[in-house]
Amino acid sequence: MSSSVSYHPSRDLLRLLTAGSVDDGKSTLIGRLLHDSGALPEDELAAVYKASRERGHEFDPSLVTDGLRAEREQGITIDVAYRYFATAKRKFIIADTPGHEQYTRNMVTGASTADLAVLLIDARKGVLTQTRRHLYTAWMLGIRNIVLALNKMDLVNFDQEVFERVKSSFLDYAGPLRFRDLQFVPMSALEGDNVTRTSERTPWYGGMPLLNILETVPTREEQAAGNLRFPVQLVIRPSQDVRVYAGQVASGTIVPGMEVMALPSRQRTRVERVFLHTAELQEAYSPMSVAVSLRDHIDLGRGDMLCDTLTEPPESHSFRAKLFWMSPAPAALHGAYLLKHATQTVCMNISHLHHKLDINTLQELPAASLSLNEIGEVTVQTHKPIFCDPYHVNKITGSFIVVDPIQNSTVAVGIITGEERPAANHGHPSLAESVSSAASHKGLTVWMTGLSGAGKTTICQAVYTEMLARGIRVEMLDGDTVRQNFSRNLGFSKEDRTENVRRIGYVAGLLTRNRVVTLVSAISPYRAARDEVRAQIGRFLEVYVNAPFQVCEQRDPKGLYRRARNGEIRGFTGLDDPYEPPLVPEIECRTDQESVKDSVDKVVTAILGAIE
Amino acid sequence: MSHRRLSHLDALESESIHILREVRAEFSRPAILYSIGKDSSVMLRLAQKAFYPGKIPFPLLHIDTTYKFREMIEFRDRLAADLGVNLIVHTNHEAIAAGANPFKLGTSKCCALLKTKALLDALAEQKIDAAIGGARRDEEKSRAKERIFSFRDSFGQWDPKNQRPELWNLYNGRIEKGQSVRVFPLSNWTELDVWEYIERERIPVVPLYFAKPREVIVRGDLVVLPEHNMPWQAGDHLETVTCRMRSLGCTYCSGAIRSQADTVPAIVEELKEFRRSERENRLIDHDQEGSMELKKREGYF
Ligand SMILES: Nc1nc2c(ncn2[C@@H]2O[C@H](COP(=O)(O)OP(=O)(O)O)[C@@H](O)[C@H]2O)c(=O)[nH]1
Repeated sequence: MSSSVSYHPSRDLLRLLTAGSVDDGKSTLIGRLLHDSGALPEDELAAVYKASRERGHEFDPSLVTDGLRAEREQGITIDVAYRYFATAKRKFIIADTPGHEQYTRNMVTGASTADLAVLLIDARKGVLTQTRRHLYTAWMLGIRNIVLALNKMDLVNFDQEVFERVKSSFLDYAGPLRFRDLQFVPMSALEGDNVTRTSERTPWYGGMPLLNILETVPTREEQAAGNLRFPVQLVIRPSQDVRVYAGQVASGTIVPGMEVMALPSRQRTRVERVFLHTAELQEAYSPMSVAVSLRDHIDLGRGDMLCDTLTEPPESHSFRAKLFWMSPAPAALHGAYLLKHATQTVCMNISHLHHKLDINTLQELPAASLSLNEIGEVTVQTHKPIFCDPYHVNKITGSFIVVDPIQNSTVAVGIITGEERPAANHGHPSLAESVSSAASHKGLTVWMTGLSGAGKTTICQAVYTEMLARGIRVEMLDGDTVRQNFSRNLGFSKEDRTENVRRIGYVAGLLTRNRVVTLVSAISPYRAARDEVRAQIGRFLEVYVNAPFQVCEQRDPKGLYRRARNGEIRGFTGLDDPYEPPLVPEIECRTDQESVKDSVDKVVTAILGAIE
Repeated sequence: MSHRRLSHLDALESESIHILREVRAEFSRPAILYSIGKDSSVMLRLAQKAFYPGKIPFPLLHIDTTYKFREMIEFRDRLAADLGVNLIVHTNHEAIAAGANPFKLGTSKCCALLKTKALLDALAEQKIDAAIGGARRDEEKSRAKERIFSFRDSFGQWDPKNQRPELWNLYNGRIEKGQSVRVFPLSNWTELDVWEYIERERIPVVPLYFAKPREVIVRGDLVVLPEHNMPWQAGDHLETVTCRMRSLGCTYCSGAIRSQADTVPAIVEELKEFRRSERENRLIDHDQEGSMELKKREGYF
């Protein structure tokens, strides 16, 4: 391994966002954090003490962070400000964002890169409309760790009842948003209670002070999982016949020797080297900036992308997105804009505005346009395809900015939605908190068996997305993909089918042991073969994806039944080869009777229960 | 599979390299504003890494006020030759000929002529559309809100109220002819990060950063190196003091600090202990409250 990339670092980096309504005490809290963690130099400290005295206080932590002159004059924070401090465990970057509704765009900016959000609430006022807006904004931008700082507890005598009341009213609203981790901290930023030290005035509070939470919350790791997305930033050509592709890995892992597909050309080749400067790397993952060379000369330049060959690569020139409008000039439907996505810029227009969102009530309202600080669900069309994923799967390939081609200003930001929406209130609030920390979950093999066309892949992919969205380590082994890769030499005889299942089972076992939730979808028709795998892996959940033969034949999504009937395929499961259904599957999904969502929810609930 | 997490230095390095590559891709005439200091040195290493096995594809632009330390100039010339990059040195000769110095004009007027004006002239003359600087957000309060791609109008001015939103790793680099951006790839680095990186990468820096006994002018709490016929003030006296520079500027306006840190690891240790801000020994920030922000609005880097 190279000398310059440290794989077992002593300190990592946590990016966090702070938000709150004006006067909830945000500046005070940040000042307190910087002050108590020893981040402030002596001379700055002296200046703060001096300014505090001029205002008649002994020490006012809010003066630590006052920024631009214009703001000082108006006495408010108007833009995102970044602050830095470090402890022995971590370096922290705080995006300090303003609270006013008119500055929601600044909060969106700060939230885009944050791993965690600290939302302030004034204990006397409880949950306000503003709090809801902040929470939703954080959620929309993919932050799944939230700390609720109930500030000014000194003004309510550190009363536990007040704390519990605010907490439960907050949970009412936050439940359906399914946060990975919600923590509530009773606090006095002014006096330092539960900021960096446990307060003696809240003996009823069993949790950690804020700083300890920040030091121990898991940082974003899930990008290392998932499919390879490597947007090419630059082609470096030090000489005529050397080409090196420079970029930052957006997700997945790139490894020398692996097969990759270039988009949009769809040419396949293998990775030759992965390196950075003079260091050769055995692998690179998000967010590493590296250089890559390939075995063959293929058509590849800035704006293109390298993907793995395990799944169908993403490519689209029409997709649904949530747009956050940031310009005083309202959105022009069908007007021409530029869209910057990963490393490419293309022309786009908004072809349809489905609705706008009242961010305070989460109601969807009919709309003719979008104005400053409004959020709308739109369909975007681009003049050439972009290589995108839903935002909740991949923040980098799922996000874009919209640029006005005349003014050159950034007028909006967008996130590609796919299917993710907040679940309705009657949903599964228990799911929200059942996995409190991704780092600690166990591995599991989820084995989906059933006839061709029964719906295994559909359920599998939806479950995969749900897992990713919760920050759970997950991998997918799809029968078809496996057969194109490491079972390429196998046919469909009984021996070969059994061997295929054994291979899948072996890989699934390795992954499960490494605490990955492994989703297998394979016909796997023989009971004995499945039971053998079950016995070997142990942590095993069998899902019988069940639809009657006639239904599957009628669906025939890959045209296989037709070909089997015509005699083009022999030994087809259900027709001239047996399918042996599980006798006592952990879960059965009757895909002819229930909706995909029903099936997915069943599987997800069972997984969450099994990996805790 | 389990420990795929980057250290903070790797994460910062990766972000900075991504930024440098974006600049290369989206602008026609970028240049690195090379100040010779430690941040500039880190910047050059990052640029080397970003474009390897190619060369650094930008020229270096150095604004020489002629009041820089001799050791700095020597270091600059050696480094440019080693890297094989094009070094452009620009000086406001007119102002120098007219006798501009901080004692005659006061520090803010002197900076305006020898730094700000010289920089703006050089950018215009070289038609530079993206000037890459080593400034960090932790250096000074007004920088905390500066973007990584900081837009400047055709007069080189910054409008803190009208900045482009900057999300994820998507930078909007579109400008009109005559406009430019300042790019700050080290925005998220702190002084300690910079020294830790210098240590890890073994990056050469100007020897003035290392403590040794030096003959200096002692002026109250300040320790000043007597170069360029530094004018004396009442109460000044010469003394041999073990000291080093914490940040490098012009001789007249940068003081040294008393320190025993004579190696990079010693400096890292010192910083972990140390609770003084880096620019404290720079006279320019203190001449007016909020003065850095005023300079920036006028186009100072
Ligand atoms: N009693 C009390 N006052 C607080 C606390 N935190 C902040 N304040 C006060 O609330 C006011 C607003 O605080 P500030 O930090 O400027 O709020 P911001 O607008 O959210 O940045 C100031 O007068 C603070 O002193 C707290 O924990 N207890």
